[in-house]
Amino acid sequence: MSASTTDKDNNVSTNKNISLPISRVRLIMKSSPDVSSINQDALFLTTKATELFVQYLAVSSFNNGSGKGSKSLSYSDLASTAEEKDTFHFLTDILPKKILAGDYLKTLEQIQDEEADN
Amino acid sequence: MAERPEDLNLPNAVITRIIKEALPDGVNVSKEARRAISQAASVFVLYATSCANNFAMKAKRKTLNAADVLAAMEEMEFERFLEPLREALEVYKKGKKEVSEQKRKEKEKKETDNDKNREEEDDEERMEEEPEAENDAELEEVEN
Repeated sequence: MSASTTDKDNNVSTNKNISLPISRVRLIMKSSPDVSSINQDALFLTTKATELFVQYLAVSSFNNGSGKGSKSLSYSDLASTAEEKDTFHFLTDILPKKILAGDYLKTLEQIQDEEADN
Repeated sequence: MAERPEDLNLPNAVITRIIKEALPDGVNVSKEARRAISQAASVFVLYATSCANNFAMKAKRKTLNAADVLAAMEEMEFERFLEPLREALEVYKKGKKEVSEQKRKEKEKKETDNDKNREEEDDEERMEEEPEAENDAELEEVEN
């Protein structure tokens, strides 16, 4: 990726207390059409908040998930957290629960049966 | 502006490091899970930006500021982030101040060394420093 140069620029910036590249966060924020400008403090806070969010999502999913015994964190742990925890509900679109095609067909059949009954 | 869609991703190496540091030692995070968390983080940024922007618009401001971001966290029910965020902002601001002060001192040094005609300017800069020193003293008193 050609991003390495911009990432480096950010590591030079004064703060050691954030690790995500501020320039990338700014790019994501600016991709929102209504946003015209963002001051430095707001940019810093959003970057820091994103780090806290990543930690919180990972820890919540691990603690709620099935992989606690086997010391693993899987996609399905994340998907259930998105579904079950209100604060993570906005993630359900990008963290859809995976179901087996067979199960999906069964539910489809059930729905059709129910509709036929009615 | 973002020219390619992958420009809106956060760097995987950094995301992976943050996840590893947050979880107990030795937890294995699947590649799929890491990618999902990274995407979730990008969505979080967009969601937070849109909330913060609503607060700025309500106040008829065009520039997002720190208060907007904090208000957005509350609205998104991430109140648990407020305290750590305020603390981090404090440290960040202090760091910025120290760097600018250091630069100013270096500049002053150069100026006094090299150019005596600039003494007036230096005096002005010193006067600017004084009120800050007073404030610090006041803060200490309050703490005691």
